[in-house]
Amino acid sequence: MSPKVSEHNAHPLSLGRYIVGFLGSITLTLTAYVLVTHGGTSRGVLMGVLAVLAVIQFVVQMVFFLHVGDERKPRWKLLIMWMMLGVILILVGGSIWIMNNLNYRMMDSPQQIQKYLKSQDDL
Amino acid sequence: MSEVTTLDMPRLEAQATEKTVLGFWAYLMTDCVLFASLFAVYAVLHGNTFGGPGGRELFKLPYVLIETMALLTSSFTCGLAMVAAQKRDRSQVLLWLGITFLLGLTFLGLELSEFHKMAIEGNSWRRSGFLSSYFTLVGTHGLHITFGLIWMAVTSVFMMKRGLTEGTLKRLTLLSLFWHFLDIVWIFIFTIVYLFGGVGI
Repeated sequence: MSPKVSEHNAHPLSLGRYIVGFLGSITLTLTAYVLVTHGGTSRGVLMGVLAVLAVIQFVVQMVFFLHVGDERKPRWKLLIMWMMLGVILILVGGSIWIMNNLNYRMMDSPQQIQKYLKSQDDL
Repeated sequence: MSEVTTLDMPRLEAQATEKTVLGFWAYLMTDCVLFASLFAVYAVLHGNTFGGPGGRELFKLPYVLIETMALLTSSFTCGLAMVAAQKRDRSQVLLWLGITFLLGLTFLGLELSEFHKMAIEGNSWRRSGFLSSYFTLVGTHGLHITFGLIWMAVTSVFMMKRGLTEGTLKRLTLLSLFWHFLDIVWIFIFTIVYLFGGVGI
């Protein structure tokens, strides 16, 4: 029982944590799946619930499979992860924001332009 | 490493492994940024079906659930291989790594047959902006899985020939990080591409 594989971690790897992570992930995946196939709620609510379930599963797998937060100080891995999450937030959020705004301003399809002109005529 | 050979070797080796793991972790996080860019592209283009089918018509959710379960279970068995490596039990490591490999191969086979079916039905990446972004995002993940499987096969052969040395253990540690990371990326592909697509967003 030499803990050499994980000397950078505060705890040695344990079977129990992997089992908890696995069962948690299965439960979250199946919950999300059943909500979509048998869901009666509105699309907006469903989308929010699915996003929350995905984020919970992300945290579960980061903690129980990738052992984030297990390392001794200084916690460089954690720091790099937060940096990455910040970059992703700017990249994805910014892209969606800019492109939706651009779509709105460009009115890309003829149908959209017709619809817009019609609504102007009514005024 | 040459200047440190006379010093306390085991401790320095552990430190070197620690540094390699940290470097690999930094690589994984930048790989996350690659996937984030492809997710952003998908988010922007997923409505542009150009008169073709959308996600709701194309995706078979029960099929994707089987794919997801195969990959999730392989992530778990990869963790079991790491637990066995910690106990220095080579035959158990090879057993769990073999199961992980087969599950990964199942996932890849299912994904490729899904791609093939879509392509012969005329819904390849050339069909619409939505399908281009779909094939790029999911295909990039599949490519990572392919390289992971090759890496796993090579590590298994090394382990059979050389045993559980510091070198093979280091490779195994990095491989397990890579494999768990790919499963985490899949959570978001499953939710954003398939489940949101199934709802019709």
